[in-house]
Amino acid sequence: MFVSCTRPCLLVILLACLTLLPATQVTHAGNRFITVASTTSTDNSGLLAHILPSFEKAAGIQVRTIIAGTGRAINLAERGDVDALFVHHPLSEEQFVRQGYGLRRYDVMYNDFVIVGPAADPAGIRGMDNAVEALRKIATARASFTSRGDDSGTHKQELSLWSDSGIDPQQYSGQWYRETGSGQGATLNLANAIDAYALTDYGTWMSFTNKDNLRLMLRGNPPLLNQYGVILVNPARHPHVKAQDTQCFIDWLISGKGQRAIAGFTHNGQQLFFPNAAQSTQAPPACIANPDSD
Amino acid sequence: MSDLSSAFGTAASLILHLDADLLEIVLLSLQISLLATLFAALIGMPLGAALALYRFPGRGFIVAMLNAFMGLPPVVVGLVVYLLLSRSGPLGPLGLLFTPTAMVIAQFMLAAPIIAALTQQTVADLNEEYDEQLRSLGAGPLRAMRTLLWDGRFSLLTAVLAGFGRVSAEVGAVLIVGGNINHVTRVMTTTIALETSKGNLALALALGLILIGLSITLTFTAQSIRDTAYRHYH
Repeated sequence: MFVSCTRPCLLVILLACLTLLPATQVTHAGNRFITVASTTSTDNSGLLAHILPSFEKAAGIQVRTIIAGTGRAINLAERGDVDALFVHHPLSEEQFVRQGYGLRRYDVMYNDFVIVGPAADPAGIRGMDNAVEALRKIATARASFTSRGDDSGTHKQELSLWSDSGIDPQQYSGQWYRETGSGQGATLNLANAIDAYALTDYGTWMSFTNKDNLRLMLRGNPPLLNQYGVILVNPARHPHVKAQDTQCFIDWLISGKGQRAIAGFTHNGQQLFFPNAAQSTQAPPACIANPDSD
Repeated sequence: MSDLSSAFGTAASLILHLDADLLEIVLLSLQISLLATLFAALIGMPLGAALALYRFPGRGFIVAMLNAFMGLPPVVVGLVVYLLLSRSGPLGPLGLLFTPTAMVIAQFMLAAPIIAALTQQTVADLNEEYDEQLRSLGAGPLRAMRTLLWDGRFSLLTAVLAGFGRVSAEVGAVLIVGGNINHVTRVMTTTIALETSKGNLALALALGLILIGLSITLTFTAQSIRDTAYRHYH
């Protein structure tokens, strides 16, 4: 019945064929690639865009990143849909390794969590240095608080702070406690729109461009440490995992070169992530033919 | 308000300075949505016509399901395709997850019910009109299908455009099965979602305006082709 295809339908087919061309180029350009699940904080802050190109150039391996909260990122890795995890919740990461999904966890870098809120500061927490105390004040004032609510590393950190405060915010969910169920940026957008407080990593906060009425309220003292780790998905469990190329990426990340790239990422002159890989692993990775090529 | 007005300026400068990244994203979006719509039309049109002309038990139920599926939530379709293509899913060994192909599959599943349901309605209406004529010519259902699909081609273009409109505008399904990987599976809608989450509202809206502009251009082109063809045949 499609023998009698006339101009309209021929045009559709022609268009489809024309648009096929760029895609074949796209898929062929990245012959050698690995897929890494990482979190919104490393992506939204611009860190990945800053550090990945120098690895890709030196190693000839493209790094494709799937950006999701730590909870979903770990689920992607458990199912074997990515080659490595680059996330920030050490407890979940260690459990991931213990359960045999990953080979070994490496510390990569850290920054800290901060609490931001409306300039009017209805709960009066500005300048405090204890986050648990600050959350108690927010709860007492019934001031709006936006939670990630997405099982991300930041969400897990927030829940553990609430747990330390002895308050269960769940019972106020939908009232002053708002669970957005989305990424850090979306949660900050909402906090800005409804004059709410929010917990965020410092890197995303610094690079977030819709701050508007939001201000930095609290930076913990001692800091609320936000530790990032990287793990290779266990090739014994998922044989299609590109173990060699992925290990190359991990070795680079924890080498002097990768660590310097992380330290060199700044926003308005301020360093956002602080490399802290174990000293013993800082030799240049053998998988990169010419480690000085960049 | 300033975001709203600066979005128009940003959109204009994005189009004027058409950089390689934006062009790549636009072309990939078009390619995926056009391919998905093409496959959906190839399957959906004969299916819709068959449902309009053949009588068999359970037909009413299938038509009702098809109509209901016109409103399939993209995020659910994305999740189903993800679970099928995931390495731990039944089609995992194909390695299609996080590729443009996976996005075409998901969009196909969204567009096919729309095209099939609208075709079914169009052909059923035409059949009511031509039933006797067709029968007097001794045309069986297969012959009637060909005749009516051909006769209804101008209305059926609307069905195809509806399918295309649906898939080119959705973000839920392609985000899950494509992964929004830069230079690989990043399309207009996932870029808009990403820029929004970074707080770059004006840029996100500017990209949205370009997407709407593309959609309008495509619809106008299709319509003018239809009108020219219509004049030619009548």
